[in-house]
Amino acid sequence: MNEEPLMQIFINACLVNNFVLAYFLGICPFLGVSGKIDTATKMGGAVTFVMLISSVAAFGIHALLVTIDALFLQLISYIVVIASTVQLVEMIIKKLSSALFKALGIFLPLITTNCAILGLALFQTNKGYDLIQSVLYALGAGAGFSLALVLIAGLREQLDLAEVPDVIKGTVLTLIVAGILSLAFMGFSGLGSN
Amino acid sequence: MSKMEMSSPKTNMTQKDPSNTDEFIKGLWRDNPVFVQVLGMCPVLAVSNTAVNALAMGLATAFVLLMSNILVSLLRNFIPKEVRIASYILIIATFVTITDYAIQAISVELHKSLGAFISLIVVNCLILSRAEAFASKNTLLKSIMDALGMGLGFVFALFCLGAVREILGSGSFFGFELFPSNFQDWVVMILPAGGFFTLAAWLLIFNLAKRKEAGS
Repeated sequence: MNEEPLMQIFINACLVNNFVLAYFLGICPFLGVSGKIDTATKMGGAVTFVMLISSVAAFGIHALLVTIDALFLQLISYIVVIASTVQLVEMIIKKLSSALFKALGIFLPLITTNCAILGLALFQTNKGYDLIQSVLYALGAGAGFSLALVLIAGLREQLDLAEVPDVIKGTVLTLIVAGILSLAFMGFSGLGSN
Repeated sequence: MSKMEMSSPKTNMTQKDPSNTDEFIKGLWRDNPVFVQVLGMCPVLAVSNTAVNALAMGLATAFVLLMSNILVSLLRNFIPKEVRIASYILIIATFVTITDYAIQAISVELHKSLGAFISLIVVNCLILSRAEAFASKNTLLKSIMDALGMGLGFVFALFCLGAVREILGSGSFFGFELFPSNFQDWVVMILPAGGFFTLAAWLLIFNLAKRKEAGS
C-alpha cells in the first residue's frame, strides 16, 4: 500500500512527471492534433474523462484479478475496459450534445489507442494506489496531458507565422519545440519526489 | 496524422503486385515506420536512452508485430468486419502478455529498466496499423515479409536513436566506455528532452536525404 499524500500525487502526475513530456505517453495525439488550441482543449477534456473512468475501473479489475488469482489477464482486461469506456463515452456525448460530438470527431474513437490511458492504469497498479489516490492520479495525469497539449498547440499556432527552413517544417519542428518544452518542465522536478 | 502517409503504399500495391522481397525492403527504408511514417513514437522516445534498451524494446515489438500479423492474416476471412479492431487488439494483447513474461524470465534487470513500456506495446499504433492496413488484406507469406521488414525497420530506427543518446549522454556504447575520463557527458541526451531532440535530428537527416534523392 502506498502512503503518498494526495496533493503530492496530483502535482507529481501533472507537472513533475508529466505524462507527455517526461514519460512520452500519448505522443501520437500530441503530435497529431496539437495544431489548434481549440481542438487541443477538447481533446484534453475527453482524455481526462476517459482516464478517470478507466482508472476507477482498473482499480476494481485489479482487485478482482488478485482474488481469483489470474493476474496474467491484467493487460487484456484493461484494454477491453478502456475500449468499452471509450465506446460508452462516445454514446453519452452523442446523446447529450451532438455539437461536441461533431467537434471531437475522429479523435474520440482514437483515444482507445492512446498509450497515456493504458499507461495510467498500469502505473497506478504498479504503485499500489488505493481508490482515492488512483482518482487523484488520473486527474493529475489528465490535467498534465491537457496542459502539454494546449501549450504546444499555442506554440505551433505562433510558429505557423514564423519563417523556418522548408526541411524542418512539420514534425521536426514540433519535436524540437516539444524538447524545449520538456526541458522547461524539468524545472518542476524540485516540487515533488519521484 | 499518419493516415495520409499510410495510403501511399496501398496505392502502390494496386498498381502492380509487388514481390515478396519488395514487401520486406519497403519497411526498412522507403516506408520506415519511425522515420517516414512517424508511428509508434511512445516507446521510441521513452526507452531509447541506452542502446541495449532500445534493441530489446525493438526486438520485443518486432516479435509481437510478426506474430500478430501471422494470426491476423490467417484469420482474415473469419473475423467479422464490425469487431475487427477489437479482435486485433485482443490478439496483440495476448502476444504482448507472452512477451512480457518471456522477458521477465530471461532478464529481470532488463524487465525492470523497460518497465511498463513492454505492456504498452499493446497500444503501439504501428502494430495495429499493420494489422489493419496490411495483414487483414494479404496472404500469409506477404504478411510475414511485411512484418519482418517493418519490424527490422523499427529495430533499426530505435537502435539509431539509442546509440546516439547513449554515446553522447553517458559516453559509452553497450556499456563500454568510449571517451577519456575528461569527456563531459551531455546529460540532456538521456533526459526526456534529449529523446525529442535526437528524433528531430534523425528526421531532419531523413528529410534531407529524401530531398536529395528527389532532386537528382
